[in-house]
Amino acid sequence: MSATEPRTTRPPKPGRTATSRRPGTTALTYTLLTVGLVVMSAPFLWMAVSAFKTPKDLGASPPVWIPTEWTLANFRELLDLMDIARNFMNSAVVAVVVTGCNLVFCSMLGYALAKLNFAGKKAVLGVVLGALMVPGNLMLLPQFVMMSKMGLLDSYAGLILPFAAGAFGVFLMRQFMMAIPDELLEAARIDGAGEWYIFWRIVLPLVKPALATLSIFVFLGSWNNFLWPLVATNDPDKYTLPVALATFATDPTKAAGSNGVLMAGAFLVVLPVVAVFLVLQRHFTQGIATSGLK
Amino acid sequence: MKTAATRAGAGPDRAPAQAGGPPGQQAPTGPELRPDRLSRQNLAGWLYSTPFLALFLTFMAFPIIATLLMSFTDFGLRNVTHPLDANFVGLDNYTALFDDPKFMKALFNTCYFVVLGVPLTIGSGLVAAVLLNSGIDRFRTFFRVGFYVPVVTAIVAVAVIWRFVLDPSEGLIAGLGSQLGFSTPDFLASKALAMPSLIVMAVWRNMGTAMVLFLAGLQAIPVEVREAAKLDGAGAFQEFRRITVPLLRPTMLYVAVMTTIGFLNVFEEPFVMTDGGPGDSTLTVSLHMYKEGFSFFHMGSASAMAYVLFTIVLAVTLLQFRLLKDKTR
Repeated sequence: MSATEPRTTRPPKPGRTATSRRPGTTALTYTLLTVGLVVMSAPFLWMAVSAFKTPKDLGASPPVWIPTEWTLANFRELLDLMDIARNFMNSAVVAVVVTGCNLVFCSMLGYALAKLNFAGKKAVLGVVLGALMVPGNLMLLPQFVMMSKMGLLDSYAGLILPFAAGAFGVFLMRQFMMAIPDELLEAARIDGAGEWYIFWRIVLPLVKPALATLSIFVFLGSWNNFLWPLVATNDPDKYTLPVALATFATDPTKAAGSNGVLMAGAFLVVLPVVAVFLVLQRHFTQGIATSGLK
Repeated sequence: MKTAATRAGAGPDRAPAQAGGPPGQQAPTGPELRPDRLSRQNLAGWLYSTPFLALFLTFMAFPIIATLLMSFTDFGLRNVTHPLDANFVGLDNYTALFDDPKFMKALFNTCYFVVLGVPLTIGSGLVAAVLLNSGIDRFRTFFRVGFYVPVVTAIVAVAVIWRFVLDPSEGLIAGLGSQLGFSTPDFLASKALAMPSLIVMAVWRNMGTAMVLFLAGLQAIPVEVREAAKLDGAGAFQEFRRITVPLLRPTMLYVAVMTTIGFLNVFEEPFVMTDGGPGDSTLTVSLHMYKEGFSFFHMGSASAMAYVLFTIVLAVTLLQFRLLKDKTR
């Protein structure tokens, strides 16, 4: 496997450089980056090839880097063992609805905090900033009791409601909307536009990139979320993908000895996210930088 | 539907409410503002706040208070159906926790994870960012994307993958070892090595976030400052030490706080990879809380753990704000 032969760039020249770019520095930089990249991607490559290995290749003593025989048996066995299509659907439905709710609710409040003057605004902003700091497990136990009393365990509503309006989203939208010039909104008001019109027709189109960033982050957060779905679902039909995978992985009766099936499961969980990320990667890094530093 | 006219109709009865406090801060918005416009913004502001606040109050504020109340009771399985029947036990849950060697072990493990994991994550993220920012132009995006991929993948999937990478018979490390002729330990079955293994995995997964933040911070440092330093004869290391690091302080603070909060709450990694073992050597506070709360339904005690952990999160965050505050301003 290519993972074992990392150094494709020239070896670095000894001797540290002091001032600016010298060929040696550049080569050293690329060497270090390449080594880093190999370390970062090796586990994924190992997972990807192992998912297609036969049990014989998996257990081979000098390890087999590229399968001698590519097989889909691991995926077939996975489909027999769990209703992964159903889990996939659960994850998708929850993530889509959570994303939609966040887009609407967070941009509404983000706009109010960035551009409207209203009594109590500072208090609301304080609430949002405080909520950013609170870890999810501080609310876990009462949330479980509440949902159980409301009969919402094992339901989509139970999985969605606690995440329908995140403080992170509000903060992100506020940061982006602060950059909109006040004069623009003031002009619209003088022309007689209502607040709802201003928000819907003027502000939202201006922050489309922010909405894209927010969708990506919220969708991903929901897709990868684990602790709450683990607590809030008991019925395997209602499991989201991570819960299904973790339950399968930690079940001593099933998991033992079938690493290929586990890798097939991990492959199916990771692949869609990585594919989406590679397509939209620019929005990710922009979003992180904006939410963190503005 | 909602025209300015209907909004204006709601104006007069709202006007007195905001006449008291806020007008002072609204003055700078412009001389154009008349009471009806102010009240229109008041109404809009609160309408826009309502969905978030309603969800926040129900699913965050109330549970946060409920956890605190539960931590002073003997809340158990039967109370899931009859929450109000729980008995008040004062501070018993808290005192019991600090007498419980298992909780103290979990606390120690969590600190171990944070004290090693956070600096390593920040360090490797900073190194990667500096390398990517050092003037190379080819493959920059390629490397940046590659380093960031683990961040977007589910921790559960990553933990399953790493458990297999570390597998003593079929794993990647063992395979490399046998090919290169050295023997590898069973990482996750060793009391000494299990926690370091989880730390390495967490650093691997989270350094991408730190890297991206540092990259943004590095790009915000003006070129002139660097050039001035070079003209004054600063070497690469001096430039890093005297220019880059001090000017990155605000980024450093943010990265440190976010990483520390995340690491203090570590749960998925030990849940999937070790179940807290071997011999509680990877039992973290969050995992212990989950087990106490949802396997044994000792919810009063688990609530106390949640608050102890939250107190630590708050204290560490405040401390970091103190230590890393931007001293250049």
